[in-house]
Amino acid sequence: MNVPTDLDRRFREAAQREGLVDVAYDLSDSPVGELLIAVTDRGLCRIAYRPEAALDELAADFGARVLKIPKRVDPVRRELDEYFEGKRRVFDLETDLSPVPDFHRLALRELALVPYGEVTTYGALAAKVGRPHAARAIGGAMNRNPIPIVLPCHRVVGANGKLVGYAGGLDRKELLLRLEGAIL
Amino acid sequence: MMGTVVIPPFERFYAEHNDEVFAVLARRLGRQRAEDAFQETFLRALRAYPSLRHGDHLRAWVLTIARNVAVDTHRREKPTVELEVDPAELPRRPAYAELEHLTGELTATERAAVVLRYAYDLPYAAIGAALGSSEDAARQAASTGVRRLRKTSHDQKERP
Repeated sequence: MNVPTDLDRRFREAAQREGLVDVAYDLSDSPVGELLIAVTDRGLCRIAYRPEAALDELAADFGARVLKIPKRVDPVRRELDEYFEGKRRVFDLETDLSPVPDFHRLALRELALVPYGEVTTYGALAAKVGRPHAARAIGGAMNRNPIPIVLPCHRVVGANGKLVGYAGGLDRKELLLRLEGAIL
Repeated sequence: MMGTVVIPPFERFYAEHNDEVFAVLARRLGRQRAEDAFQETFLRALRAYPSLRHGDHLRAWVLTIARNVAVDTHRREKPTVELEVDPAELPRRPAYAELEHLTGELTATERAAVVLRYAYDLPYAAIGAALGSSEDAARQAASTGVRRLRKTSHDQKERP
């Protein structure tokens, strides 16, 4: 017997109200495909291009009480929609990077300062965090960025201007840069 | 990622069992009252979820919670109903089958506590949630149950 939709929704809201949820998430359509968006009480903690794998990672990183609660994700969804419509250049969202290792967090914090429509290089970012020879480590931090798009690792390219790599695939990186007018 | 995730994300656990739990509750309580009981069942599961140490036998666990929520619902109306655990709805597995013939003389609570603890290896906090009692009460029920089991099997051996 199928659970009535309304009952299902009420359970999810009660779980939230009683503070029993470690991570709330929802799936959301976007021009770069379906995204999983996840938040904790501290803020946005994940945007994922591969939802199923992301659920397990979220459980390991933040606790197993991972529950789909669309309403909790709405503020993030709204800003992403505006971004994809070209109406938003800066995200105004709290983030939760608590499971991210220190060096990666430092790199992501520096990354967040790279403006809309511009690109930087792995080497330049390495210099900014005071480790000028750590371009490769910066690459690793970008590769494991838990909040792509909002933390704009798509704006980091190779020293020769080539796009190089993107955890979500180069097609997506290109699309995001094109959207921002960073490439033609 | 270091280590392996043993407990499934709650969403996956919920998606796997919610229809069955609702069906069980609707059968026992009628559709209307099943709605409140459904919510209470999964809220109890959610409260105890962090205490789980492995992801096995979650179906048996959540069905035990559901049955006890149903019993609580009945009790509020007719205060004398006995706690029931229907072994037919627990999945089969050898450890449980071995216990089955021995558990006849236990109370339903003791039987559920013993089976969930020793056959399914669930922690007491999760058993307490399933039985609608505390972790201590669950430990107590399992230990009384085991003592009674020892006595039963001892008596059986003594018999000529």
